Amino acid sequence: MIHTGILRYAKARFLWWAVGLTAFSVLLYSTQGGLQPANGGTWQGYVLGTIGALLIVWLSMLGIRKRSYSSNAGSVPGWTSAHVYLGTALLAVATLHSAGQLGWNVHSLSYVLMFVVIISGFYGIYTYVNYPQAITENRSGSSRAALFAELFELDRRGRELAAKGPDDINIVVRSAIERTAIGGGVYAQLLGTDRSLFVRPSGSGDSAAGKPVSNRDQQPVIDLIAGRLPRTSKVAETELLEELLEIFCRRQAVLRRIARDIRLRGRIRFWLLLHIPLTVALIFALIVHIVTTFIYW
Amino acid sequence: MPMDSYRIAIIGAGPAGMSAAARAARLDAETGAASPTHILLEGFSLPAKTIQRYQKGKHVMAEPGFLDLRSDIEFEAGSREHILDKWQSGLQANGVNIRFGAEVTRISGSKGNFVVELSSGESLGAEFVVLSIGLEGNPRKLGVEGQDLPNVQYQLDDPKEYDSERIIVVGAGDAAIENALALAEQNEVWILNRRDEFSRAKEGNLNAILAAISDPNQKLHCYYSTSVKSVVPGAQGSTAMVATLDTPEGEVALECERIIARLGAIPPRRFVESCGIEFPNEKRDAKPELSRYYESNVPGLYVIGSLAGYPLIKQAMNQGYDVVEFIGGNFIQPADHPLLEYQFNGLPYEREVDDLIERFQSLIPMFRELNSLAFRELVIESNVIVSFPDGPEYAEANKKAESLAARLSQMAKPPRMTRVIREGDVIYEPGEFGTSFYTIVDGEVTLERESDGVTHTTTLSRGEFFGEMSLLSGRPRLERAIAGASCIVVESPRRTMVKLMNSNDTVREGIEWIFVVRELQNQFAPNASVADLRDISGRVQIHNYKAGETIFTEGERGDSLHVIRSGGVALSRNIDGEDILVAQVRGGKRIGEMALMGDPTRRETARASVAVETIEVSRAEFIELVRDDRDQIRKLQDAVSQQVTDNARMAVRPESGSVMDFLMDEGLGEATNVLIINEALCVGCDNCEKACAETHGGISRLDRDAGPTYANVHIPTSCRHCEQPHCMKDCPPNAIRRAETGEVYINADCIGCGNCEQNCPYDVIQMKYDAPPKPGLLRWLLFGAGNGPGEDQGASPTEAAAKKGKKATKCDACVDQKAGPACVNACPTGAAMRIGPSQYIDLVEERRR
Ligand SMILES: Cc1cc2nc3c(=O)[nH]c(=O)nc-3n(C[C@H](O)[C@H](O)[C@H](O)COP(=O)(O)OP(=O)(O)OC[C@H]3O[C@@H](n4cnc5c(N)ncnc54)[C@H](O)[C@@H]3O)c2cc1C
Ligand code: HEM
Ligand code: SF4
Ligand code: SF4
Repeated sequence: MIHTGILRYAKARFLWWAVGLTAFSVLLYSTQGGLQPANGGTWQGYVLGTIGALLIVWLSMLGIRKRSYSSNAGSVPGWTSAHVYLGTALLAVATLHSAGQLGWNVHSLSYVLMFVVIISGFYGIYTYVNYPQAITENRSGSSRAALFAELFELDRRGRELAAKGPDDINIVVRSAIERTAIGGGVYAQLLGTDRSLFVRPSGSGDSAAGKPVSNRDQQPVIDLIAGRLPRTSKVAETELLEELLEIFCRRQAVLRRIARDIRLRGRIRFWLLLHIPLTVALIFALIVHIVTTFIYW
Repeated sequence: MPMDSYRIAIIGAGPAGMSAAARAARLDAETGAASPTHILLEGFSLPAKTIQRYQKGKHVMAEPGFLDLRSDIEFEAGSREHILDKWQSGLQANGVNIRFGAEVTRISGSKGNFVVELSSGESLGAEFVVLSIGLEGNPRKLGVEGQDLPNVQYQLDDPKEYDSERIIVVGAGDAAIENALALAEQNEVWILNRRDEFSRAKEGNLNAILAAISDPNQKLHCYYSTSVKSVVPGAQGSTAMVATLDTPEGEVALECERIIARLGAIPPRRFVESCGIEFPNEKRDAKPELSRYYESNVPGLYVIGSLAGYPLIKQAMNQGYDVVEFIGGNFIQPADHPLLEYQFNGLPYEREVDDLIERFQSLIPMFRELNSLAFRELVIESNVIVSFPDGPEYAEANKKAESLAARLSQMAKPPRMTRVIREGDVIYEPGEFGTSFYTIVDGEVTLERESDGVTHTTTLSRGEFFGEMSLLSGRPRLERAIAGASCIVVESPRRTMVKLMNSNDTVREGIEWIFVVRELQNQFAPNASVADLRDISGRVQIHNYKAGETIFTEGERGDSLHVIRSGGVALSRNIDGEDILVAQVRGGKRIGEMALMGDPTRRETARASVAVETIEVSRAEFIELVRDDRDQIRKLQDAVSQQVTDNARMAVRPESGSVMDFLMDEGLGEATNVLIINEALCVGCDNCEKACAETHGGISRLDRDAGPTYANVHIPTSCRHCEQPHCMKDCPPNAIRRAETGEVYINADCIGCGNCEQNCPYDVIQMKYDAPPKPGLLRWLLFGAGNGPGEDQGASPTEAAAKKGKKATKCDACVDQKAGPACVNACPTGAAMRIGPSQYIDLVEERRR
């Protein structure tokens, strides 16, 4: 493909910028010493602090640039590439600026927030690099809509078949289809928990009979149908159960794909829910950090 | 019983027919006729069925803005309802003698005593007949008992009108699917498909209907391989009918309140031909040959309106007025006469317009082929370009042009006028996408073509034409055209030329001939003159292939090569029993040359990936063409070496070939600029769609998620800027244009007819209301105002937008965005890219080491 990802954008030009910036910061840091110990208050510390603050402001501006659609100011892939590399370099700049003097105060709060934002950024870039391919492979050519269409079709056939079968099987199948849970809240999406249920036929001897029980991954229903198969004597019913089994196995496969699709797509997106609010918090903390530094000077 | 007889019978009460009848009624009033000497026959129960069938509240436009209305009935831009009201009262005020429900089935006889037969079996007599039945045709009916029951209908105006009914929708096209889906929101719907799948529908509709049919929560059911056998009214007192269906499982009786059959329309051509009117050829869009006075080859039988090839309301109404005057022997100047005056204003002649028209037609062989009606139309739709030597002559001509321009700019929409240029000015440059065609009326034009650093110059003079290559193949210009001394050139737009070529075989043949000659010159013999090539050009063959057809097959013996004139060809090799695509070859390139260069066995199978036209050159002609030109032979050999290496490289990489195959299957063989998303990079953030909406009035012209995917290559639903855009074909106001840089876009002239939406095979045009304005970015970022960037799917149109009506929207490749395509610029991960055909090979091949 002729596309280039953000890490390789313009032959990874911004990687070299970041390396340069880090080297410069280290150099500057190492010139400290003498009367004053290394910290944010030396002139070198001020330079590093200024660079860091400007970087943070610029990094946050990505949120605006990304939405300034008619802008001529460089392309968004270029900005993102620079964002990722220079954001990483910020770790060095800010650490050297603080000179490791952390404590329980607003100054350190800024550092910690920044640290978390950057770490979340790392996680984000990890998902950006790895998940798109995984999502495509998982869907193997078809779209989410097509997966759902297939699911509906299987549901329809399952219902139709079950209606011809014995009542208890009909209840099992209908309840399993009706109470199939897909997606859910943020946690369910990220962790892929499955709250699907089905109703066990009464008279099956166990305590849960007649009540909805977990149908995690659709396995219990499959087990139940498979269990019934060798115990049926009527040919017609055996055939029906075999067909139902096939449908439920296929359903399981389709549902797994859908769940995986939801999970991966969720992960690719939800980290930004950490990255962005923390950025906002960081900016406030940064303002407080700068203002207090000057007031207590 | 003696039949009623009239002087003029006007058939079809559309804008054209109404206007004609109103004029006839006025004349009746002026002469004080005791009873009407005219009759207007309309098959429908109301006037202007075509307009009645527009969407409710549609804003009807009065295009072309620069043409004045000449009619006894009013018409100005406004809502459909307003216009229909005006027409209704116009019919009354003028005392038009109109009969509704009078569908004409036959016209026989001759001038002075025509017999007009109606579907009711009645007949009327008429001295003159005006045919104004439009192009819409009548809907195809069920063709079974009960097809005319009151609740069996053949169109659907407003699906919301029906609630809690049981409805059968018959048909499997887009109209049927859209109706079924809309109706299923409030009703229980059965859709009847005569076949076992929905193969004729657009992809979007197809997915929607399949999903709806299998979704248990929707009350929409489908019968495949099923037709209606009969419909009978239900039991007494019930509103229901009973339809008997022929299904694969036997007959099924279905009770329902309503049947909506969407089976397409019967085009009017057969009927028109049955009246004795001749068409120039079998082409679908051919128009009948007419005189300047709209008279057909049957004396006394006149044709006007869209049936005559004039697709807009105002034109139709003007013709209605004029035709009745002409019939009365009053040969007035047609309403579009001033437009011709403006077109000729800057020419260095002191002559009347009619005189000039006649003179041009007698001087220029191609124009001579047109009747004067068609020629006037051509001039009105063209640009007339005139050159003067730089200096006082130019200054004077320019002054004259400017003063006319100042006068015309007073009009709401200024018409075209002569374009004055200097001698030596460039008319077009190589590489420009042009779609127009030029005819030299006077003076000279120089064409310069560079190949391998050598410039070949040709000078053309009166009667010759140029620009045919881009017109016929959709490829960018190859040469530079320079205005010579005092030349007059008529530049005609593609749409006009296509219409002309489809209805005039001589014109088509003439243009095709020069195309072949110039293509041969360009490909094989740059130093030969047109005269040299005249003979050979008659001996080469032109072929047309439909998408998927085979041009030649691997292993067979060949003794010719093909120059691809338009479209794209896929070359494939059979390797271990599998067809591996090794190359995609575009217009302007050659295939099969090896057969003439030492290897008579075809090493590849050549198949048309879209509709393709080729020029086949056999050995004898080939040898004659390149005869003594060593240089040329070397160049041809070099090109072949390059091609065989490329082919071999692809052949050993079947993965790449299969991706290329996919691209071709998706119609990229005719694309010039297409958005490709790399699925391995796309995170699905839809920032591309948002960018599109934000830079295009709040409506995204791209649907990222939709569209096919193969091996990480995803082709979202978005315009591909086809070489020969299908969408342009039937646009009545000619609102779809191509920029010199290649972008196909729709301008503000769009009347919202939806033709382009139907014609685009890639489903990329949407009919949409203008999006309502929304708060700016900062107000959203800081205060959460509005729903943020991107198209607001749930927004309802403002009153102004609703009044303006739905307009066609599609990707314009950001022609007017300084930073280039917004979608590509906005993609945070670099997954979106727009590419042209020359990059396909890079796309599919892993070049990186
Ligand atoms: C959706 C849409 C939107 C459009 N919007 C615009 C617009 O905004 N502005 C514009 O200028 N143009 C517009 N057009 C084009 C315009 O509708 C046509 O150019 C115009 O209607 C042509 O007029 P006509 O009189 O030639 O034919 P029609 O309007 O088609 O009228 C033909 C009449 O003949 C009747 N008829 C047909 N056969 C028979 C028969 N055998 N016996 C008796 N009667 C018969 C029909 O019932 C009909 O009433 C639009 C077209 C469409 C489809
Ligand atoms: C303090 C440092 C950082 C700040 C303040 C910051 C801030 C932001 C902001 C405001 C956005 C825009 C999100 C949006 O509007 O959608 C963003 C996006 C992003 N950031 Fe950071 N970021 C920082 C560091 C990093 C680092 C170190 C990385 C990676 C190593 C990173 C990776 C990303 C990515 C991949 C995006 C998503 C781009 C997109 O999808 O549009 N960020 N960041
Ligand atoms: S709208 Fe459709 S037909 Fe027109 S150029 Fe685009 S893809 Fe081609
Ligand atoms: S809807 Fe399409 S075809 Fe019709 S006027 Fe508009 S651009 Fe032209």
